[in-house]
Amino acid sequence: MKIDASKPLEYATEENSNKIFGFWVFLGAEIPLFATLFTVYFIMVNRYASGPSGREIFEIGPVLIETFLLLSSSFTIGLAIHAMRHGYKKAMMVFMAITLLMGLGFIGIEIDEFFTYIHEGATLQTSGFLSSLFVLLGTHGAHVSFGFLWGVAIMIQLWRQGINPATANKAFIFSLFWHFLDVVWIFIFSFVYLKGLM
Amino acid sequence: MDLERFKVHGEPLIYGAMISIALATIGIIVGLTYFKKWGYLWREWLTTVDHKRIGVMYILAALLMLFRGGIDAMMMRLQTAAPEMKFLDAQHYNEVFTTHGLIMILFMAMPFIIGLMNVIIPLQIGARDVAFPRLNAVSFWLFFFGAMLLNISFVIGGSPDAGWSAYFPLASLEFSPTVGNNYYSLALQISGIGTLITGVNFIVTILKMRAPGMTLMKMPMFTWSVLITNIIIVFAFPVLTVALALMMFDRLFGSQFFTMANGGMDMLWANLFWVWGHPEVYIVILPAFGIYSEIIATFSKKNLYGYTSMVFSMLIISLLSFLVWTHHFYTMGQGVMVNSFFSITTMAIAVPTGVKIFNWLFTLRKGRITFNTPMLYTLAFIPIFTIGGVTGVMLAMASADYQYHNTMFLVAHFHYVLIPGAVFAVIAGFHYWFPKVFGFRLNDRLGRHAFWWIAISFNVTFFPLFFLGLMGMTRRTYTYSAETGYGPLNMLSFAGAIGLSIGFLLLVYNIYWSTRYMPKDKTGDPWDGRTLEWATGSPIPAYNFAVVPNVKTRDAFWSAKQDNIPLFEEKITKIHMPSNTGKPFILGVIFFFFGFSLVFSLWIPAILSGIGILIVMATMSFDRDHGFYIPAEEVIATEKKLRGETV
Repeated sequence: MKIDASKPLEYATEENSNKIFGFWVFLGAEIPLFATLFTVYFIMVNRYASGPSGREIFEIGPVLIETFLLLSSSFTIGLAIHAMRHGYKKAMMVFMAITLLMGLGFIGIEIDEFFTYIHEGATLQTSGFLSSLFVLLGTHGAHVSFGFLWGVAIMIQLWRQGINPATANKAFIFSLFWHFLDVVWIFIFSFVYLKGLM
Repeated sequence: MDLERFKVHGEPLIYGAMISIALATIGIIVGLTYFKKWGYLWREWLTTVDHKRIGVMYILAALLMLFRGGIDAMMMRLQTAAPEMKFLDAQHYNEVFTTHGLIMILFMAMPFIIGLMNVIIPLQIGARDVAFPRLNAVSFWLFFFGAMLLNISFVIGGSPDAGWSAYFPLASLEFSPTVGNNYYSLALQISGIGTLITGVNFIVTILKMRAPGMTLMKMPMFTWSVLITNIIIVFAFPVLTVALALMMFDRLFGSQFFTMANGGMDMLWANLFWVWGHPEVYIVILPAFGIYSEIIATFSKKNLYGYTSMVFSMLIISLLSFLVWTHHFYTMGQGVMVNSFFSITTMAIAVPTGVKIFNWLFTLRKGRITFNTPMLYTLAFIPIFTIGGVTGVMLAMASADYQYHNTMFLVAHFHYVLIPGAVFAVIAGFHYWFPKVFGFRLNDRLGRHAFWWIAISFNVTFFPLFFLGLMGMTRRTYTYSAETGYGPLNMLSFAGAIGLSIGFLLLVYNIYWSTRYMPKDKTGDPWDGRTLEWATGSPIPAYNFAVVPNVKTRDAFWSAKQDNIPLFEEKITKIHMPSNTGKPFILGVIFFFFGFSLVFSLWIPAILSGIGILIVMATMSFDRDHGFYIPAEEVIATEKKLRGETV
């Protein structure tokens, strides 16, 4: 395999650069996916029937912690890639581990939030509004959970093989995915929670 | 567990289908064992990552589905051939028209086109394979097992029965309590994920893997059409993914998206479905335009007229395709302003489409035209498709549409667009590229026979439906009384349908006949072709091109032949190839069980197979397989053999 030394490791082979471009195209497909879910949510937001509305169930506290965790994890995955570019395997692994732990914390709070809603009688079956809320949040949460498993798999490979064109490529693509989830969360935070609490 | 849910009762036809499926399965297993072909099947096909073989499997699956969907069509035409027919009951008729639509669009037209795309695109751009060969296999197996999941619904649990558009509230649990529409949401979801992956794969392949010198505006027209199609796929299919997921949540978990109470909104489904559904029409028709462009240029011995305007008209069509979805339900009360807007955007599509029609006509003008099978389909396409297009503009006028909506006029219109637009194109492409893949041509005399049967019978079948629609016959009616006067035209249409079946049987017979008797083509270029796929040998060697071609002009192979410009300048060296893998196939199988378990709400198997999917994906990530090299001597030997020299 031809390695082009003038480029960063994750772009160094033709296959690598194709994979990164392909992942950008895939993120291009994720945009209409989430855009559709947001559209459904905006249509459903006032259709809460006999169930509670957003203002009645949203709590700002846990949501702020979720936001803090996810935004910081986007920063730490950036640091992990920075360490990778310098060839520091240990630093990279540490930053990835912090990222994934924060992701795990996010998932934990979200699950707790879901249980709280259900406990208050706000379930998936209650109203159109709640169905769309659960599915929008759930899709994002499922992405984070999948990202967690994916990140663990990449860390195992990094630990075994060190930083080489293949693992660097995987870690870089994972970081793109993680940043994307952060962007989606910013929209959820602003247009679901903040707008709902107004 | 309640086994009753899995059974379908009462219909002798369904028992017949069950027995024939069982016999066919036993036949395949016994045959493979008797001829000791299991290993061959596994090594050469089920684990392949070669784009050509994957393409061939797509096309085989599409042909099978063409016959399944064709039998559905024959049953419908027979049931409506005369007043008060007792051949099918209402429920069975509902299932048949639903699966006919689903299968023909999603499991016949799309895979046929994706199959041709797989075989031809890497060759046309001078590449050795697609960008992600393993993912390509994943795409195929997800499509295949999605298709199988929909097909078993007929005998296990019952087919979807709310139309291929599955409008709510009809498709909700309340009004369609059988598992039929669960199959709908899951089978389409699984194959849809496969299609989305195909979209990503081909965008990267076309944008990043073209031969040196091939700029975007030097790409063959089929490649352009496929690029634009895949961009539409990437933006349209996620909407279907969401729509189907919401449908699944409504039906399996009792959510309130499309319900009639608790804040649900049934019209949301219609909108989501058609935001995907209309671009889908262009996903099957734009590659067809590309195929026709190649065939017309080749068999007129001329450059394609108006290359740039062809590209731009496709880009405009792809943009407009996302802006017309509401025209599918003008009558559902969104008001004058909205209807007017969508009326105008819909009619606007006729403009770039018209540009393309004139470009083809100007390409034909003063050309030296060869009238063989692929060209005949192409020439028939132009007038027939124009009838479809013009009736489309009639339907696009919102106020007039109140007369046509949901009548047989609409049915006639979209068959007039889709059959010449998509089916004629894939058959023409099939005849055109067949010698490239298999190394011999299909018999032209038999091909033309089949063509005349198909082209004439098509008009006999569907032209009467325009009049039936204007007389007031609604679509999806399973029977009617003699007083309506619909009888004679329906009988005529049935006669046409028989003619169509004869045409398709001739087509299959031609494949059989040609396999046995047609002489080998040693040139690799039987049609005096213009584009790069004809520059390599047929059947295509595994590595496609011994040396990557150097492109200097449009229609690179043609100008290389005319002006004696060498295409291949470098020396033959060792070639890197990806190795085969069985994991995509296994992933498809597990997805099948996952879908099946969800259809019947069998939670434990569903969770187990869900975990299985994650495990297979993880093992694919942990693979450290970097492929292998074909040594230069072997490449040279293969090349000599292809040219008929002794090694």
